Amino acid sequence: MNILKKTIFSVLASLLIVGNVYASDKIKIGTEGAYPPWNSKDASGKLIGFEVELAYTLCRYMGRQCEIVEQDWDGMIPALIMRKFDAIMAGMSITDERKKAISFSQGYADEVASLAVMKGSDLEGMETPAGIGLSSPNGDAKKALKTITAALAGKTVCTQSGTIHQNFLDSGDVGKINLRTYKTQDEVNLDLVSGRCDVALAAAVAFSDYAEKSGKPVVLVGPTFSGGAFGNGVGVGIRQDDTELLKTFNAAIKKARKNGDISRIATKWFGFDASM
Amino acid sequence: MELLAFGKTGWGDELFIATLMTIAVSITAMIIGFVFALVFTPLKLSKNKFFNFIANSYTTIIRGVPELLVIYLFFFGGTGALMYVASIFGYNDYIEINAFITGAFAIGIISGAYSTEVFRGAVQSIDKGQFEAAKVIGLSKFTQFFKIILPQVLRLAIPNLSNVWQITLKDTSLISVTGLVEIMRQSYIAAGSTRDPLFFYSFAAVLYLLLTFLSMKLINKLEVKYSRGY
Amino acid sequence: MDIELMINSFPKLLSAAAITLKLLSVSLIVGLIIGLLFAILRLNKNTFVNKFSYGYSYVFRGTPLLVQIFIIYFGLGQIEYLRSTFLWVVLKEPYWCAIIAFALNTGAYTSEILRSAFQTIKPGILEAGKSLGISNKIIFYKIQIPIAIRQSLPAYGNEIILMMKGTSLASTVTLMDLTGVAKYIISTTFKPIEVFIVAGSIYLFMTFCIHNVIKFFEKKYSF
Repeated sequence: MNILKKTIFSVLASLLIVGNVYASDKIKIGTEGAYPPWNSKDASGKLIGFEVELAYTLCRYMGRQCEIVEQDWDGMIPALIMRKFDAIMAGMSITDERKKAISFSQGYADEVASLAVMKGSDLEGMETPAGIGLSSPNGDAKKALKTITAALAGKTVCTQSGTIHQNFLDSGDVGKINLRTYKTQDEVNLDLVSGRCDVALAAAVAFSDYAEKSGKPVVLVGPTFSGGAFGNGVGVGIRQDDTELLKTFNAAIKKARKNGDISRIATKWFGFDASM
Repeated sequence: MELLAFGKTGWGDELFIATLMTIAVSITAMIIGFVFALVFTPLKLSKNKFFNFIANSYTTIIRGVPELLVIYLFFFGGTGALMYVASIFGYNDYIEINAFITGAFAIGIISGAYSTEVFRGAVQSIDKGQFEAAKVIGLSKFTQFFKIILPQVLRLAIPNLSNVWQITLKDTSLISVTGLVEIMRQSYIAAGSTRDPLFFYSFAAVLYLLLTFLSMKLINKLEVKYSRGY
Repeated sequence: MDIELMINSFPKLLSAAAITLKLLSVSLIVGLIIGLLFAILRLNKNTFVNKFSYGYSYVFRGTPLLVQIFIIYFGLGQIEYLRSTFLWVVLKEPYWCAIIAFALNTGAYTSEILRSAFQTIKPGILEAGKSLGISNKIIFYKIQIPIAIRQSLPAYGNEIILMMKGTSLASTVTLMDLTGVAKYIISTTFKPIEVFIVAGSIYLFMTFCIHNVIKFFEKKYSF
């Protein structure tokens, strides 16, 4: 038994040598790098965006060294749990479902979602209010949902997989649609432009950013959505047992908000103050 | 063509490194597979029904379930299992396993199931007389295995192992999920950045064909070497 | 072990398995036709035709299925010219893109299986047919093809199972097959082991059925 224990231990030890043993004061923050203007990459591959800049600001307030790590969206929460990094700042909305697996800091920014189509689509000019809240839908919101359900019936709707947008489309609030999910927002955009999708759902700023950068005639239609399946703002995702880190982040966010940092950085990247 | 240039503007250097990564993962996975095969082949051939059951379960499950599903299992659950094992030994601190090990291990387990079948078939087709003669001459079990049986097994196994190598090489394209930058992932990044999926995925196909072609040449040389005397 | 999750996810996974089977059967049928065609081309005396079909099978067997499906779905979708032709009606749908990729892939492997089956038919049988005055065409259709099919059954059975695993790649181009739904459930519940057990068992069950069907045909048509 002793020999067996020794062999297993040496195998694990050698895996550690090949892997990296984590034991420093640095905070590693995971982000997708593929969801502009929240987070993306510049031409040289460096991670940039609202959250990247906010992360460095928060780390300054926390008095800690930070490292931003890139991670695919669908592996984001498992990677956090697996300790690939210690915090998630990837435009991840705070939802009850996600809270079952991880903790969230207080929200630092709000994300409103919207449908988008190519210019000239027959879905343009939908008769709905400018924005609806789904946490406690009033009569206007319910009417808007009915209009949308009728408009989307049988259409192909595309969105990124594992997002609040997919949850909303799956929830039945917009009836029966032909739902397609993709690994990244970029793929959603490409299939919207190529005509494979009739309409797509994502953060409103994601579409306006794409329309601006690519020059393609992508336009927003329908109301902006918030609340309900869309969660309550975007926060920092942290492992459930990491209570110390959670406290530290919350304190930093409070400071950043008080000093107007969040508003400033948000305005720089979104064109308007999306902070909360 | 400038897309493939080495240096800042072209993707040539990234793709070159990605190709090296693909080769590295494939070789590592193949070796891990051999380790599994070394364990499971004797289990399969043993007279003990329980050992048979374990080995057969391994090969049947891994060869019957899609590789993508096995990879998802490892990617979403892998480190958890490893950390659990480590905690038994009192190592409660966190272990960070990099994407290379996760990916190579996942492919390695799959490769191992195929290799096990190959070795089993090879051992079973060696004339029983060889085993008996080696025993009768009085060679130690160690010498019996390494000097008599193993060389013959290798000779018989090489053609089929070359198939396993092809499968392993192509399966590495699936571990782009773990974030490891091999050929497929690098092409995906380049395609996304330049909006030219057709060019980059076609080039990835060319790279794989090149690797296949070169592998075949090398393996043919191996076959010749091990067939000497026959 | 979250048994409740396993029970709850079973019906969703089962209906996704229906999609997997649909993909598998259509790809196999088209692939078989392609395979037969290219196997015949391979045996042709003309070196150009010969080399061309060898090239086809070499390319499709030497590159990963994932690359093939990406080229057809993302690559062809990028070409603006294609988007304006009638072909776009087909290429627009990920379902058909997947079928095309799968069929071409299994066609390559099938053509190799059939080719080697044709080449191992005992020449004596063909000579017997010729000496009886049977025309070449009838020898081909009534003697060579049936014998080749019988000889390929074991290897082709293997190919069916490999293609069934291949259909899991449809999940990479938005199709919700068994693997796609399994991944979705794993990524929302974070219980990979439970989902793997249920989804894996469904795949194994299908493998088991296919294996037995092939065994049945092998017995029925053996001589």
